Amino acid sequence: MDALVNKRINRVIKGDQNAFAEIVELYQNQLYQICYRMLGNRHEAEDIAQEAFMRAYVNIHTFDQKRKFSTWLYRIATNLCIDRIRKKKPDYHLDAEVRGAEGLNMYSSIANDDELPEDELTRMEVQERVQYEISRLPDKYRAAIVLKYIEELPLAEISEILDLPLNTVKTRIHRGREALRKQLSNL
Amino acid sequence: MNTCPENIVQWMNDYLDGDIAPADETALKEHLESCSACRKHYQELSKTIAFVQSASHIQPPGDFVQATMARLPKERQRAGFQRWFRQHPLLTAAALFCILMSAMLFSSFNDEQQFAFTKQPNLVVEGETVVVPEGEVVTGDITVRNGDLRVEGELQGDVTIVNGKYMASSGVISGEVEEIDQAFEWLWYTIKNGVKDAASIFGSDNTETD
Repeated sequence: MDALVNKRINRVIKGDQNAFAEIVELYQNQLYQICYRMLGNRHEAEDIAQEAFMRAYVNIHTFDQKRKFSTWLYRIATNLCIDRIRKKKPDYHLDAEVRGAEGLNMYSSIANDDELPEDELTRMEVQERVQYEISRLPDKYRAAIVLKYIEELPLAEISEILDLPLNTVKTRIHRGREALRKQLSNL
Repeated sequence: MNTCPENIVQWMNDYLDGDIAPADETALKEHLESCSACRKHYQELSKTIAFVQSASHIQPPGDFVQATMARLPKERQRAGFQRWFRQHPLLTAAALFCILMSAMLFSSFNDEQQFAFTKQPNLVVEGETVVVPEGEVVTGDITVRNGDLRVEGELQGDVTIVNGKYMASSGVISGEVEEIDQAFEWLWYTIKNGVKDAASIFGSDNTETD
């Protein structure tokens, strides 16, 4: 797989645009999936996935062919997704600890403001509900959870995609799982 | 709950990551059997995972590839050339050389609109006509530019006439006669000669090294 992809990359570097279309063909499903789960919106997912491919194309000569192409591509995409999510959010840092409340941060104090009423939740279809709950996760946990449980990638690869130490990735997955558990406690 | 081991949640997470020390795993299992609160916590966590994994695969729209390709930057043609130049410095240098050489060639062609000929003893010039007089023998090649050549005597050598005419007459030429009328023919002639010269240089090199 890697050798095949690298062959196409070399053709792209030589100016063969069709070779890049083949690369898009190969990775479109996974990349779109990641973007959709991160953003929770088909239109935005398409936009960001295309943007990610476009950036990969423009910077293809910087890709180190000894590494895995998918890791590099997913990294571009998750960064774009996180940027997009942060742009949509209000300007305060949710991670910042609330004054005088040790261990509490803005996440806990906003206490899921956008939470839907329970009867509405129970009326949701399962698929809708899954996406809703993923979307409620803080972006840094969301990326780790999506890569781990939707894409089912090994932890080492997730740590490379997110450019974080392995232990940090583990912590984020643990916290993400714990946050989801609390969100789903009424299930 | 106050008897729960301090690391119980950490163990659960390690276990769910498939990354738990055997001793911790035994302790975790023992504790889960005896503690219903922790058992509930663990079951909720594994239910959470199953719930997230029940997310179905979402397909990108059918025209995703075309739409993506349409978004690629338009200046790629130029980028392609730049890449090509970067990767083929030798060919780039060669192409540059060819361009400069041909420019030089054309400029020299334009400079040489004047009447000129190879100086040989015994040659006579009448206006813009070079004459090999009757009864004379000229040895060597003759090139005439922007003029004509008439041979009445004998010429032992090749004749090249650029933008002029060789006028047939009673004389004898023991070499080849070549008439060149146009710029492109002149160019071709120069290139041919250049190659011949180069070949003779390399040829003599070879014979020297042999």
